[in-house]
Amino acid sequence: MSTLDRIAALESEATAAIAASASVDALAQTRLRYLGRKSELPLLLRAISQLPPEERAAVGAAANRTRQTLEALVSAREGDLASGAISAAEALDVTLPGSPPLPNGHLHLITQTRREIEDVFLGLGFQIAEGPEVELVEYNFDALNTDATHPSRARSDTFYIDDETVLRVHTSPVQVRAMIAQPPPLYVIAPGRVFRPDNDATHAPQFHQIEGLAVDEGVTLADLKGTLLAFARQIFGDQREVLLRPHFFPFTEPSVEVDVSCFNCQAGYLRDGSRCPLCKGSGWLEVLGAGMVDPNVFAYVAEHGYDPERVTGFAFGMGIERIAMLRHGVPDLRLYFDNDLRFLGQFGAR
Amino acid sequence: MLVPTRWLRTYCDPPLETVALAARLTLTGTKDERTYHHGAKTPDHFVVGVVRDVQPHPNADRLRVCIVDVGETDPVTIVCGAPNVAAGQSVAVALPGAELADGRTLTVAKLRGVESNGMILSEQELALGADHSGILVLSDAPAPGTPLDQLIPLGSDVIEFEITPNRPDCLCIYGIAREVHASTNAPLATPPWAQDPGSFDGDAGAVKISVDCPDLCPRFTARVFEDVTIGPSPLWLKARLVAAGMRPISNVVDITNYVMLVTGQPLHAFDLDQIAGGELTVRRGRPGETIETLDGHTHNAGEDLLVICDADGPTSIAGIMGGARSEVSAQTTRVLLEAATWNGANIQRTALRLGLRSEASARFEKGLSPGQTLEALAVATSLLLEHAGARVLPGTIDVGGPGPEPAPITLRSAQISRLLGTEIPEVRCVEILTSLGFAVDGDADVLSVTPPHFRRGDVTREVDLIEEVARMDGLDRLPATLPPRNGAAGRLTPPQQLRRRAEDALAARGLSEIVGWSFTDPALPDRLRYEADSPLRNVVTIENPLSQSLSILRPTLLGSLLDAARANFAHGARGVRLFESGTVYRAADILADEHHGLGALLSGPGGESWRGDPAASDFYAAKALLEAVVGVAGVELSLVGENLPWFHPGRAAIVMANNTRIGLIGEVHPQVTAAWDLELTSAWTINLDILAGLAPEVIHFTAFSGLPPLREDLAIVVPASVTAAEVIETIRRAAGPSLESIELFDVYIGDQIGEGNVSLALHLEYRTADRTLTTQELDAPKAAIHQALAQIGATLRA
Ligand SMILES: [Zn+2]
Repeated sequence: MSTLDRIAALESEATAAIAASASVDALAQTRLRYLGRKSELPLLLRAISQLPPEERAAVGAAANRTRQTLEALVSAREGDLASGAISAAEALDVTLPGSPPLPNGHLHLITQTRREIEDVFLGLGFQIAEGPEVELVEYNFDALNTDATHPSRARSDTFYIDDETVLRVHTSPVQVRAMIAQPPPLYVIAPGRVFRPDNDATHAPQFHQIEGLAVDEGVTLADLKGTLLAFARQIFGDQREVLLRPHFFPFTEPSVEVDVSCFNCQAGYLRDGSRCPLCKGSGWLEVLGAGMVDPNVFAYVAEHGYDPERVTGFAFGMGIERIAMLRHGVPDLRLYFDNDLRFLGQFGAR
Repeated sequence: MLVPTRWLRTYCDPPLETVALAARLTLTGTKDERTYHHGAKTPDHFVVGVVRDVQPHPNADRLRVCIVDVGETDPVTIVCGAPNVAAGQSVAVALPGAELADGRTLTVAKLRGVESNGMILSEQELALGADHSGILVLSDAPAPGTPLDQLIPLGSDVIEFEITPNRPDCLCIYGIAREVHASTNAPLATPPWAQDPGSFDGDAGAVKISVDCPDLCPRFTARVFEDVTIGPSPLWLKARLVAAGMRPISNVVDITNYVMLVTGQPLHAFDLDQIAGGELTVRRGRPGETIETLDGHTHNAGEDLLVICDADGPTSIAGIMGGARSEVSAQTTRVLLEAATWNGANIQRTALRLGLRSEASARFEKGLSPGQTLEALAVATSLLLEHAGARVLPGTIDVGGPGPEPAPITLRSAQISRLLGTEIPEVRCVEILTSLGFAVDGDADVLSVTPPHFRRGDVTREVDLIEEVARMDGLDRLPATLPPRNGAAGRLTPPQQLRRRAEDALAARGLSEIVGWSFTDPALPDRLRYEADSPLRNVVTIENPLSQSLSILRPTLLGSLLDAARANFAHGARGVRLFESGTVYRAADILADEHHGLGALLSGPGGESWRGDPAASDFYAAKALLEAVVGVAGVELSLVGENLPWFHPGRAAIVMANNTRIGLIGEVHPQVTAAWDLELTSAWTINLDILAGLAPEVIHFTAFSGLPPLREDLAIVVPASVTAAEVIETIRRAAGPSLESIELFDVYIGDQIGEGNVSLALHLEYRTADRTLTTQELDAPKAAIHQALAQIGATLRA
């Protein structure tokens, strides 16, 4: 065996021994055996002068390279063994809770739902208009083609501050203010709190609405249908359809009620054949009221550029609580205003 | 509006089952609320019977054994408990197999040992009335075995329709029939008023009617009937009334109700002999007048009440309810039958004020057409002649007349597609409008359309006609398109964005959002210990609150936060961290002074950790949240200590953002927390509208230095009366521009530094943009800092 072969054999033997050293002490022994002053490799180096001159350079280089390789392996193995000793001593119970705790809070379900609906209409090009909750009778009723004798004006149906001032019963006056502030084209939604003197499981004296208004040249009832279809699909699911039923509102003509196909069933019935409790078997959910803006409403803001012979518009309105009730199965309107953390905490931080 | 379909189908009978019919009408605007079956499920096994013999029951004193001919070869035995059963009577018989209105199916049964093969029915069992004291005896009955359904409609599907307030013409069976005709094309029968046995020539018994206020009574018509015999109504009429939800009383009253149901026009029958002076005046009530109505209640008349008077004063409340004095009774022989048109709004106000809503007022308040009056009189005249033995006197009283003819309306076909977004062929428009009773004229894109009298209030404009065409042509056929959106750009305004980010910042820090009531108790300002002259007492008061305790609008978010905290502790919460984002109201000259407030409240222990104490709900915990929110807005927060009555003395401050007051913060006063059953509680409320106004819309880049800073720590002792803010401001001013940042990292109070003192430790960082500072260069600013600190009583700590 040549000296070079012997060096190669030593390297592979030592590499295996280093890897097999299971403790810091064992590694020290291994090192002594292969790299110690009296071990074979240094002896080979020292004996280099006894080799023929033409072999000396090659043997010297190989021996040095092997020594460096083994030193590096020893020190790497040393590092591995040392860190193993630390982790054993400092092991954590990884199943303990994180600390300090950083619990999520929650946006109220009304806020979450309102924002989702707002985002749908922002995406369709609508802006968000706001206005006072304590509102003029004029904007709350007169400007919206609500007859002076209309029952909704009665003190049984509207909270009054004085004869000229009410708590708004809808967010429609915001639309009037928006029209006064800006000529068409106008695309706004008006979310906000509204008030009516009712109090039971399905009526609260305060609740939240989102109304929308689009006025432009060439806005049609078909556009209303398409807009509400986009809304229905984004809020209730891609498979939804909308159904427009003729209805009556003072501020729109034609007026419609809009049903959205029930997301809980197939045409009114559940998989097990029972009647769907959500839509009561009809297959449709009554979700909002809408229509084409009545020319009388435009007449009120005529001087601000709203000429019914030039522009047309649609308007719609929906209750935020109702949308959230349908989507999340909230059984009682009062839960929204009880502010019980056991309710608030069910709807994730979003 | 309850519509028995059997009755409806006598006028218009499309080939549709009840459910399909209801669905079709729903799509054309007459929404079905509910569909159900009234009375017996099928007419099978109900027949006319003749009682041949009645024998006592061998085992029961109160039962009789009847032999009844039901048209079969052999008579049947029926056990009957009615006291009035007698041989020779024609009776209504249910045979085994009959399904009764209450759901039972009749079977052959042994009653006290005697087999009974059917049941002799009472009025109640036939759903014709409440009478169950005895069996119904049929007069002029056909032969035994005749199906009973030929005499009495035994059952009918009923559709309850929601009628929108613009369609009083649909508050009757014939009106619904018109809608069915238009939406199904099934033929419409001639109206029941086509034959009128009354006349218009004559003085109607010379009864005089005066109307003092034609604005409230546009039309008053009447006829006079003599030789009236009061008695029961015919069975078919009773059956229809009951199916439509009304109670049969006597022929004259039933006929007025029946006519109202079929024509939509309420009628009132006066006993003409009880009308003092034999003449009537319609006028406003007078102070002090009273009137006793049919239901036995006495009402004060007053000026806003419209009354019908005779020589002795008010005898009826117009359009609402008749008076007791002139009521039709069993002795009545002369009847004045009134059909009038009243001002809808006035009727509505009166009905609401008196709490007297009736079938009649519910129709009148929508505003009926004056044309309906004579239609109703025609139908009533026929029925009174036939079923009350009456004779009608010649002539019809008519004060006010039918009013002007409805004017024609122009309908441009271009407007239809402009508004709907779809074309409807002109021929289809003509067809629809004609089927709805409109007169249509003209051609070539412009129609001239005249509404029928019963639509004159509802259809006055081109757009109203377009609605008629659209709803009948089918909104389900409309395409779904998006509006042109010329120049539209959907985006949140900067204040709306800030509101969302502020809410998100609090939710992300573990707070839960509440939605409190805008209404609150007028005692809230006292409970929050507001000073007597506090501007916060300037609240908005509701004139007609739901209750006294909900009669003002909240002047602060603090009340609803405290309420929500208390409620959650009552439910077992250990600590609560809440916020609210909503409107706050103060009184103002016009409307209210409203702003969008944001408030947070911490009460009880914060999130507990297994390796540390729970966070306290103290001032600094609340302030940290405030810093987060104000930081979101990108403005500088500072607090100025201030005593506020609802906060703990010395632990409250005014919240300043960029040196503008935006709110208040503090630990809630112990008396206030006690009132809400809370432990240590801190809170703040800010005006988000002001904060939004301060926030920069766009943040501009500021260059930063890549050079390393020089750091220095500074520990000083100052009198406790000197605030941290003052110390920092003093250092900043003295140090000059090379001082980049100061951070307070420790506060110590204790024996080592002497009573009344506080020790503060601060990190200082110096840096300049253009070069690395040397330690020597800090000598000057440090000296200046030390000197300035000495002036506010601070000493350096060794
Ligand atoms: Zn369903």
